[in-house]
Amino acid sequence: MDSTEKQQHNPAVRLRGLTVGYGSRLLIENADADFMPGRLVGLIGRNGTGKSTLLRALAGLDKPLAGEIDLTDGVGLASISQMTLEQRARTVAFVTTKKVRIPNMLARDVVGMGRAPYTDWIGRLSDADRDAVDQSLEMVGMEAYADRPLDRMSDGECQRVMIARALAQDTPVMLLDEPTSFLDMPNRYDLCSLLGRLARERGKSIIFSTHELDIALSLCDDIALIDSPRLIAMPADRIVAEGHIQRLFASSSVAFDPSTMRMQFKQQ
Amino acid sequence: MKSRPAILFALLGAVIMVLLTADMMTGSVSLSPGQIWDALCGRGDSATISIVRRIRLIKALVAIVSGAALSASGLQMQTLFRNPLAGPYVLGITSGASLGVAIFLLAVPAFGLQSAALSQMGIAGAAWIGSAAVLAVIAAVGRRIKDIMVILILGMMFSSGVGAVVQILQYLSHEDALKSFVMWTMGSLGDVTVSQMWLLIPAVAAGLVISVAVIKPLNLLLFGEQYAVTMGLDLRRSRAMIFLSTTLLAGTVTAFCGPIGFMGLAVPHVARAAFATSDHRVLMPATILTGIALMLACDIASKCLVLPINSVTAMLGIPIVIWIVLKNNSITRR
Repeated sequence: MDSTEKQQHNPAVRLRGLTVGYGSRLLIENADADFMPGRLVGLIGRNGTGKSTLLRALAGLDKPLAGEIDLTDGVGLASISQMTLEQRARTVAFVTTKKVRIPNMLARDVVGMGRAPYTDWIGRLSDADRDAVDQSLEMVGMEAYADRPLDRMSDGECQRVMIARALAQDTPVMLLDEPTSFLDMPNRYDLCSLLGRLARERGKSIIFSTHELDIALSLCDDIALIDSPRLIAMPADRIVAEGHIQRLFASSSVAFDPSTMRMQFKQQ
Repeated sequence: MKSRPAILFALLGAVIMVLLTADMMTGSVSLSPGQIWDALCGRGDSATISIVRRIRLIKALVAIVSGAALSASGLQMQTLFRNPLAGPYVLGITSGASLGVAIFLLAVPAFGLQSAALSQMGIAGAAWIGSAAVLAVIAAVGRRIKDIMVILILGMMFSSGVGAVVQILQYLSHEDALKSFVMWTMGSLGDVTVSQMWLLIPAVAAGLVISVAVIKPLNLLLFGEQYAVTMGLDLRRSRAMIFLSTTLLAGTVTAFCGPIGFMGLAVPHVARAAFATSDHRVLMPATILTGIALMLACDIASKCLVLPINSVTAMLGIPIVIWIVLKNNSITRR
């Protein structure tokens, strides 16, 4: 985090000729993109276009079908396929859509597990680790919940704890798969502005997939749009100006209105 | 916060000492703690010394070792498969062992393949080879499979398949051989000889060392495999270590004592409820100690009631599982 200035000109994530999909089905083909540190990126696209698949590849969970994913290693870029599991866990954190409810495990312990790439063989937390846990809980506004178990929290609170866990992992890159999906409207906006703040204040590159067009367009710095099989990445205002949203997010009954930045029903 | 596990561990230690003494006291001849102590120190009449040293002590040690082994392995299986009903046997250890024993007791005499080498190996050797072979097959197939649930289903299907083969062998064999086989399936802590202890103890000790070594991976696996991997878990290596430890623990105990049910399934739940934690740094030792205490209790009950150990563990284990599942819904709500 201290090296943010050095990283300013280097991307945190670089995709070169990336092709992802499963089996014989290609979802994204030959994509090139740079994601810079300190910026919040909204990954959008219609259902089944490969948002989760792309995030899983970026997290190193699935191998891409072709191409390279380079992640920042503090100084320059390193290929994700060359990293050890521990290096990768220190570079990219992932918050999945899966609900985690471990009986009797306190929020503090859940966040503490984020320190796993730094702890010894049995996972003992040092004082520095404990500070990182407290800081992470504070950043997401959950310090008052530290000693509460996750199974006695709302979905929004759990989501914040899981983000704190990813923060405790202290990685330059953070990925989130539809983090707003179980949340109500105010919580969705709160969560996304929290992500924006984390990106800007901590110099992280945060990429999250979402179906909330208006949230993504109003709160994200950049948009990565899957226009199968292309991946279009550019600043949020430009992607609207170039008409990509109107073109892609339209059906027989609704269309995107760039003047209000919202979906509108078509007049019959 | 910190004091609750400490008090419980101290309590468990005391309970184990009491149960160990009680276990050594019970048997066809009742002995007092004083007599046992004297016999252990080599004082008193030679008959008592021989009973205490050669029978009671060995059997109590077997109870301790098997209780620790089955419980530690059950905990690993429940966490690995994220399934509260998993136990040491879901990967086909019992069915593999019973196939080995069935071949040894039923098929070998039936086909007239008796040989010195085979009978030397004994039931235990046959059972160990059977369970290790089944586990090796599951582990080899499992290397290509990402989804742990698929491995669970494979293990269970494979077990049923092997069970069918065992049934055919039973159907084809003579009454005497069949009776020996049925006796083996009932389990026994008393058939282990002193020389076999030198195999049982090191194998189980190695398995327990691995159980402690996988504490951090197990804690990560509580979050599910995806999360665990993004936090740096080496999934293949962890799975391989857990499989190996289960072979050493449950495989070895099953080989020497027969398939002892419900300990591996019930004990981790008792430990979880008593210690109110999911953290394996507390849960692993808690499970091992609870397993030791419960197995000693089961051995005492089986001696007093003159019942096979397997029926005692089932009668004790089933109510425990039902009670805990009903009392604490959060176990089933993973």
